[in-house]
Amino acid sequence: MSDDTQQRIKDTVDANSVVLFMKGSPLFPQCGFSSRAVAILNHLGADFESVDVLQDQAVRQGIKSFSDWPTIPQLYVQGEFVGGSDIMMEMYESGELAELLKAKGLVS
Amino acid sequence: MPMPAAEIEALIREGIPDAQVEITDLAGDGDHYAARVVSESFRGKTRVAQQRAVYAALGERVGGELHALQLTTAAPVKE
Repeated sequence: MSDDTQQRIKDTVDANSVVLFMKGSPLFPQCGFSSRAVAILNHLGADFESVDVLQDQAVRQGIKSFSDWPTIPQLYVQGEFVGGSDIMMEMYESGELAELLKAKGLVS
Repeated sequence: MPMPAAEIEALIREGIPDAQVEITDLAGDGDHYAARVVSESFRGKTRVAQQRAVYAALGERVGGELHALQLTTAAPVKE
């Protein structure tokens, strides 16, 4: 695991308020879990940056150690790891995800 | 590489002895599962911490052999 990749990941999550590491792109998700994560963010009207891990093997592995989380997608809000698609779904259904984004001024 | 539900359950219980584990085979292919894990040890922990505990119990199998696992975790509801 190169420190270089860890630094790149860190720069990405620090530079963007909402970042989704996913398989594929928001328009063409390559996995059901990633697709669900995109749908949730779109539904909440969140403006987010996405990183397609399929395009970058170093990030695909690196993101797992970065967050100590073995699966993708992964959502970061203002540099903090929020969770994977199951947690996003739970937080979406309970209204917590909308609250979190509102509290940080990321959705109106 | 499919993995039987009983094996997933056993691995989770090994890591979290008091866990109540409910596994649903979503596609009938031994490859796509939903697991609900309830444990007293989850009380007061964030969802991320709860799921990390389950992933830790499953170890290296997640993402490899175990391709797709929908996971929900909770502490038991107090009567």
